[in-house]
Amino acid sequence: MILARVVGTVVATRKDPRLEGKKLLVLKPVSPEGKDEAGYVVAVDTVGAGFRERVLAVSGSSARMAEGCKDTPVDTAIVGIVDDVRLD
Amino acid sequence: MQLGRVVGCVWATVKNPSLEGYRLLLVQPLASDLRDTGKRLVCTDWTGAGAGEMVYWVRGREASIAFLPGQPPSDATIVGIVDSVHRAAAKTSKPARQPAERH
Repeated sequence: MILARVVGTVVATRKDPRLEGKKLLVLKPVSPEGKDEAGYVVAVDTVGAGFRERVLAVSGSSARMAEGCKDTPVDTAIVGIVDDVRLD
Repeated sequence: MQLGRVVGCVWATVKNPSLEGYRLLLVQPLASDLRDTGKRLVCTDWTGAGAGEMVYWVRGREASIAFLPGQPPSDATIVGIVDSVHRAAAKTSKPARQPAERH
């Protein structure tokens, strides 16, 4: 799983029917210290994350294990809103 | 599976219900010579590993299989704590075996 920050939203009218009603967000991966990293990813939101919030994103077929994503064409899902990251 | 070192932990109060109750640890992947390599990532923890411990972790769909019959939405899971690693010395440019001297 990666740490990422919500940087935008995606609106799509025509889409797979199994994706209807799901919120799509644009994520920017961040380091544990909070610095932006390269690239971006579009993810399905399962927790109600908001703009600029730091979240936990799961990718690959494990994303379909998230509640609300069973049997949907999803490869990245937001599964948590990060409160804190502690580096030991 | 790959080797890694636990370097921190992640708190998330709001999370997908299927992820409730799982520990989330920050892992630094290690190369075969046990040096840090690649980006740190968040893993669910099956073992109860602690800070600074060397572990091995599995990625992909198999990461959630470690918790069967539960199947959390996880793509990386710590599945073992490493006691020790033995590996052959790194190859050098010198030939491994010197030709025998003739008398």
